Amino acid sequence: MELLSGAEMLVRFLRDEGVKYIYGYPGGAVLHIYDALFKEKSIEHILVRHEQAATHMADGYARATGKAGVVLVTSGPGATNAITGIATAFMDSIPMVVISGQVPSNMVGTDAFQETDMIGISRPIVKHSFMIKHPSEIPEVMKKAFYLAESGRPGPVVVDIPKDMTNPAEKFEYVYPKKAKLRSYGPALRGHSGQIRKAAELLLAAKRPIIYAGGGVILGGASAQLTELAKMLNLPVTNTLMGLGCYPGSDRQFVGMLGMHGSYTANLAMHHADVILAVGARFDDRVINGAAKFCPNAKIIHIDIDPASISKTIKADIPIVGPVGSVLTEMVAIVKEIGQAPNAETVASWWKQIDEWRGNRGLFPYDKGDGSIIKPQAAIEMLCEVTKGEAYVASDVGQHQMFACQYYKFDKPNRWLNSGGLGTMGFGLPAAMGVKLNFPEADVACVTGEGSIQMNIQELSTCLQYDLPVKIINLNNGALGMVRQWQDMVYNSRYSHSYMESLPDFVRLAEAYGHVGMRITDLKDLKPKMEEAFAMKDRLVFLDIAVDTSEHVYPMQIKDGAMRDMWLSKTERT
Amino acid sequence: MRHIISLLMENEPGALSRVVGLFSQRNYNIESLTVAPTEDPTLSRLTLTTVGHEEVIEQITKNLNKLIEVVKLVDLSESAHIERELMLIKVKATGAQRAEVKRTTDIFRGQIVDVTTNVYTIQLAGTTDKLDSFIQAVGTASILEVVRSGVTGISRGDKVLSI
Repeated sequence: MELLSGAEMLVRFLRDEGVKYIYGYPGGAVLHIYDALFKEKSIEHILVRHEQAATHMADGYARATGKAGVVLVTSGPGATNAITGIATAFMDSIPMVVISGQVPSNMVGTDAFQETDMIGISRPIVKHSFMIKHPSEIPEVMKKAFYLAESGRPGPVVVDIPKDMTNPAEKFEYVYPKKAKLRSYGPALRGHSGQIRKAAELLLAAKRPIIYAGGGVILGGASAQLTELAKMLNLPVTNTLMGLGCYPGSDRQFVGMLGMHGSYTANLAMHHADVILAVGARFDDRVINGAAKFCPNAKIIHIDIDPASISKTIKADIPIVGPVGSVLTEMVAIVKEIGQAPNAETVASWWKQIDEWRGNRGLFPYDKGDGSIIKPQAAIEMLCEVTKGEAYVASDVGQHQMFACQYYKFDKPNRWLNSGGLGTMGFGLPAAMGVKLNFPEADVACVTGEGSIQMNIQELSTCLQYDLPVKIINLNNGALGMVRQWQDMVYNSRYSHSYMESLPDFVRLAEAYGHVGMRITDLKDLKPKMEEAFAMKDRLVFLDIAVDTSEHVYPMQIKDGAMRDMWLSKTERT
Repeated sequence: MRHIISLLMENEPGALSRVVGLFSQRNYNIESLTVAPTEDPTLSRLTLTTVGHEEVIEQITKNLNKLIEVVKLVDLSESAHIERELMLIKVKATGAQRAEVKRTTDIFRGQIVDVTTNVYTIQLAGTTDKLDSFIQAVGTASILEVVRSGVTGISRGDKVLSI
């Protein structure tokens, strides 16, 4: 039995839990922990330049691996700076453990220097939180934190540690807890077999079925099972923004993303479907458009690990609570056992209809123009071509995000990282860094815009320190593109505060941070420069690409309408 | 419809704030709330009343169940149950009123638990409706102060909420 201080126990626990990297920023309340960390060589701490970036880095790691990322911040401003990143992870169900320092317990509540009620501030945006009351409980609480973060519907967990809990002078027995004990928590381990059978029967009898799969399939590691079911029944598959990659994006059965900026084909197929199999998706308002007009003829099967996601916005006809992987496996087995194939004629006529919608133009047609100006869509298509669709792509938020998910073909899960729920600008770069750190051999791109990148651009410094050669694809249209698009469409082109005056010279900025900067203004330079950038394996390259400011993201669903009600271009609508 | 939701939760600091926070965060109604430790000091019993459509109540119970510290939950209004609320009420008791208040208290099976020359303090337990009726019967003009505990309840028969 070893005697360790609270700080040492925390660090030792992280080591025993198999944590390789933690992302953080030191300060008064966590200095005991940082001192213990100094002596622990098996954990590398990544010093970010702003705590928000620490949370997004941990988040990026979690999205790419499925394991909880670990963040360490100090009390007060350290903790509040982490809030946006915690909320981002919460909205997208990303496992994360955030350790925040706190003023000494005898000073809690006295408005002490750098005191903030972290438990209170983070309460609505965490899966759970703990405040350490005695140093000896640190290993057990940390075990619970990891277990809660990673199990069931994952999410961020905050552990707030008052400074006196880590006092190096007070030592306690340390034992690594093998299991977390929580009598009040038990996520479903499998779905209800009767419900799964009903769902299978409904799918087999369907005339116009579709799979609508979301981020839960990726979080649940159920891509293979989903693909097997889709192939077996020849079902069309649409993915949510969060689900991209859970079904191969270049497969014939894939009909594109659905929702506000979803494909014409996916949105029409949903609208006309008679059975929708929703898997690990939550019928978000950016997916369903007007709830009252949503898919009028569809019976809905909804598989989700979180009962509260079921029948929240859209009533499910067959709810199935359970881990998507095990439910889909059971469904595949039941379909095999029933031994019936769906009616070949109805399948063929449904596919004929879908292919007609898909037409000759593909899923996301756009006006390629005369080549005098680079279209943002073309830049993403080129990124997909140059990286062979194999890159990890972390995106910021805005038009570039939508272009990325429309034109990059994700064939594998965990490759597309974006802030889908919260829509956090500034997410892209640190998320990409979190991936690159853990997958140094992989191509990692950050698709961003001149607005988003400036929300965490200080991390270019962290990239240099820790050698994180990500490639930044800056679709620079000189305006807050998505805001501008709405102002074009809804506010008669009154561009209230949506353009960016005094943009920095991004090439020189990248160089000032010790990286490579390239500006692309000519379409013919796009391919060679992008290839050159990705060929520089050990350098961060900032590609500042001048793109068409007037471009809009289409399709765009018409507010409060049905799934099928969309603008297809500036002048055409369904 | 009005629902009485009763739950067992870990008797830990912060647990109550998560329950209350959930209601404001998700825009649910909360009409009354009462909480105290049970015979097992590690558990608290919390009972709340809320009003909403069935879909909203379903979401409330699901989201309450999702809170890590909530161990078990029951919607008492879904089956036969006993509900009680405790009221302490100070009423002017002078002259002819003194006898009248005493009579009304007896009719409602309340007890006068404190007496001064001018004031009766009455204790009354019952359903929310019964307490409302008592207030009406005494008349707001003579009421000095009202304290109500909020509704608490328990299932009828063999059904128990325990771990």
